[in-house]
Amino acid sequence: MDLHVIGPLASPVERAAVDTVLGSAESGWTGGQRDARNDGHVARGGHAARARRDLLLPALHALQDRVGQITQPGLNYVCKRLSVPPAEAYGVATFYALFTTTPRASAVAHMCDDIACRLAGAEEVCKDLQRTLGPAGSPARDGTMTWLRSPCLGRCELAPAALVTVAGESPIRRELAPIDAVGIIGALEVALNRGADAAPRATASGPAAVTASVPQAGDSGLRLLARIGTTDPTSLDDYRAHGGYVALRNAIAMGAVATTREVTDAKLLGRGGAAFPTGRKWAAVAVQPAQPHFVVCNADESEPGTFKDRVLLEADPFAVIEAMTIEGFATGASRGFLYLRGEYPLAEARLLGAIDTARAAGLLGVDVAGSGWAFDIELRRGAGAYICGEETALFESIEGKRGEPRNKPPFPVEAGLFGKPTAVNNVETLANVLLILGNGDGVGGGARFATLGTEGSTGPKLFCLSGHVARPGVYEVPFGTTLRELLELGGGVPGGRAIRAILLGGAAGVFVGPDALDVPLTFEGTRAIGASLGSGVVMVFDEAADMVGTLRRIAAFFRDESCGQCVPCRVGTVRQEELLARLADPTPGKAPRSRADELALLADVGRAMRDASICGLGQTASSAIESAFRQPELVGL
Amino acid sequence: MTAAHRPGESPLRIPAPPMPPAIEAIFTTPPARASRTPEAPPVQAPAPVTITIDGIEVSVPSGVTILDAARAQGLDLPTLCYLENLAPVNVCRICVVEVTGSRVLVPACSRKVEAGMEIQTESERVRHSRKLVLEFLGSSVDLSLAGEREPDGDLARWAERYGADASRFGPPSEPAAAGVRDAHEPGHHHAPEGAEAAFATSIAQPVKVDNELYVRDYSKCILCYKCVEACGEDAQNTFAIAVAGRGFDARISTEWATPLPESACVYCGNCIGVCPTGALMFKSEHDMREAGTWDGSAQTVTETICPYCGVGCVLDLHVQDNTIVKVTSPMDSSVTEGHLCIKGRFGFEFTNERRRG
Repeated sequence: MDLHVIGPLASPVERAAVDTVLGSAESGWTGGQRDARNDGHVARGGHAARARRDLLLPALHALQDRVGQITQPGLNYVCKRLSVPPAEAYGVATFYALFTTTPRASAVAHMCDDIACRLAGAEEVCKDLQRTLGPAGSPARDGTMTWLRSPCLGRCELAPAALVTVAGESPIRRELAPIDAVGIIGALEVALNRGADAAPRATASGPAAVTASVPQAGDSGLRLLARIGTTDPTSLDDYRAHGGYVALRNAIAMGAVATTREVTDAKLLGRGGAAFPTGRKWAAVAVQPAQPHFVVCNADESEPGTFKDRVLLEADPFAVIEAMTIEGFATGASRGFLYLRGEYPLAEARLLGAIDTARAAGLLGVDVAGSGWAFDIELRRGAGAYICGEETALFESIEGKRGEPRNKPPFPVEAGLFGKPTAVNNVETLANVLLILGNGDGVGGGARFATLGTEGSTGPKLFCLSGHVARPGVYEVPFGTTLRELLELGGGVPGGRAIRAILLGGAAGVFVGPDALDVPLTFEGTRAIGASLGSGVVMVFDEAADMVGTLRRIAAFFRDESCGQCVPCRVGTVRQEELLARLADPTPGKAPRSRADELALLADVGRAMRDASICGLGQTASSAIESAFRQPELVGL
Repeated sequence: MTAAHRPGESPLRIPAPPMPPAIEAIFTTPPARASRTPEAPPVQAPAPVTITIDGIEVSVPSGVTILDAARAQGLDLPTLCYLENLAPVNVCRICVVEVTGSRVLVPACSRKVEAGMEIQTESERVRHSRKLVLEFLGSSVDLSLAGEREPDGDLARWAERYGADASRFGPPSEPAAAGVRDAHEPGHHHAPEGAEAAFATSIAQPVKVDNELYVRDYSKCILCYKCVEACGEDAQNTFAIAVAGRGFDARISTEWATPLPESACVYCGNCIGVCPTGALMFKSEHDMREAGTWDGSAQTVTETICPYCGVGCVLDLHVQDNTIVKVTSPMDSSVTEGHLCIKGRFGFEFTNERRRG
């Protein structure tokens, strides 16, 4: 392949930004200074450059953070450095919503208008922003700032939420929740005028904020959330004082096979939504002859209404690092990747700190905890793509490609990241591993864990309670708690209003009515009523909630987030949205078709997406909408 | 030892001591030829596996795809994004079949057979998905030329077979202005409101004509990825085009939608060769179609060998009114596998020059 790069290479500022990720360029062949002594007629780059393709996204992040957009010269330089064809790199840059390839103001407010924030008045905030700053995306205040609508930012318990990004020498990324238009514009102004130090801190940094996100914080009897609010998330010593790194010590003492056996005995099922047995996954990776093995932590929590992983990552980062280390030990891996969604800057800072601290303390690196086994973890930041929570799309993204899911089989345990055997687990799943192995010497921990919860759903479970509840937040309950009991924990619907519907599992989940309040919250219990726990979303809609608007937002979400690879999802999500718009506004004479025909067509679209899409996004894109239309009283259409 | 020096004579031409005749014969007389030429090591035939296709138990070699197995039984499975000489990408989903035990339908083009697999290629569930895929494409893409270009893309026949009616989604929306779709960024889109929702959003847009050799009419693009594969790792290794954008705004594009002459394109035309819907087309064909002079039924195809270099690529010359109108190469040619270079593909203009020197 001849790399054909058109136009100038990057400005010095852009080069410096890219070089912070890739190191300085060695020769003129890779975009550096030409030097006749080195460059001559010998081509450099080639395999060595292409082998670093996985650094494409970090390099694009560096450009976006520094200059607020990815320019053609900037991208050219990255292409030269990594020997990536510009057309392919452009395809990657235009895939992710947090990158922009068109000129944009350096200060951007990403205002969440997704399901939970809608219930908390996000549309009013958007209207205020439009009045003050102009339409979304248009430059305001002499082109210094702009605002954009954003999908769920994972701060539903504090809705409405916004994410502020300011490009520059010290780039700023801050989460603001709850927030209004005045607060957003104020934050943008302060950040622009006074730089990073003066910008308001993310809301979850203080102790009061922990209680706002985790109302149970400090309760005895909490397991997964035991350290939330009681342990300093930046201190390894404090983490150790609260039971940290006992599980890793136990795992190393009992060996990889016994560690996996404990996880298998615990009957731990994945908490990311698919509920796959974790022990079976680890054992399958461990026995693969292909080398090396990888472990991946899926922290791309983007399902609308989900924020449990964010709370764990922000308030208990060492736990995730320790659990990933155990997973690496059990599966025979030497490298782990933590893929964190780009909208979680506070979690990112905490995790980077925890990784550095753990490495300095010898808990990561060439000799983990004196065991002679080498393991390290790299954090990779997502760039605004819900689809990257799908495990194979996540691999593609780490590899520096568009987040397009792969066809399965082969499954990740055989051919995952970089085509190698890979164990990929959700954050909450990993947190459970510490409970299994973290008591005493860890032996028998699996059997003890399996006594919690129910026969088919063992252990404790985190739920993300949001919407019309008095005390939204992350709640830890044993599996088997009923929906009613969970809502009571959250203080019920404010104002004593009646419940109209509850969304279980997020945008890819299912709406249930008040008649389902006594369903036990277990994998099997929800399955029995045709629902699913998904990622643990429990979003409450009271009798006055705008259900039609909610459904249309869900349809719009899936259209925005479809990767576009397969026909059923790429076009089906568009047709689904159009059908909902027609059903919501049936002007006589406009739609030539009867309502019954339109509903039948909606069902046809949903069925084809469910049956024929490549991945879970398309397969569940009609789930919540179809469930609502199965219960006409929920929809009110 | 080369023919330039004799046995016993050093290439440096240092005189060697004379050799007894018997010993010299050892060097000069070649050993007797073996009675027969050695055979290549035997290739282990893949062990056959037994599967059931549409209720009939058949034995097929392990490692073949469901599509291979089904077509070997004479079954007529539709494919769009599949092509024998490209790696399957399984994105169009029209070849989906039902496999017992699988929660969702599986793509026949890429899924390998497994022992005991029970496959249904025309179940009600399969037919439903195929019908909807055809309707999704028919309502968003101009498929008027799909089907004329075998082997893949016989859409009219399949639409009839599966009862697809794209008009169920309403009339197609107005074409976008030039460049508008290329500028769509990922993230929030303009949601259909009021009367807009009565139209089926389509990808209609003006034809891109930026060079003398071929045109790109992305209103006809079903995003089958074939051109990207042919341009990149499956054939040409040029990587001038890739998929850009996301979701319904995903599109085939050069970097920054740069016109082809400035891009990395080398005009091999292999993307045209694999395009199933006529989105990529010889400019000569495009111009004749615009002028209404294109007449496929009046064309003859003449097989010949490319006159340019020594590779010997097989060419199919498509001739109308004694004039070459386009050049293709057969997919099953062992020389080209359907792929050509700029000279074989486009270097025929001189034959249309009627002046003789």
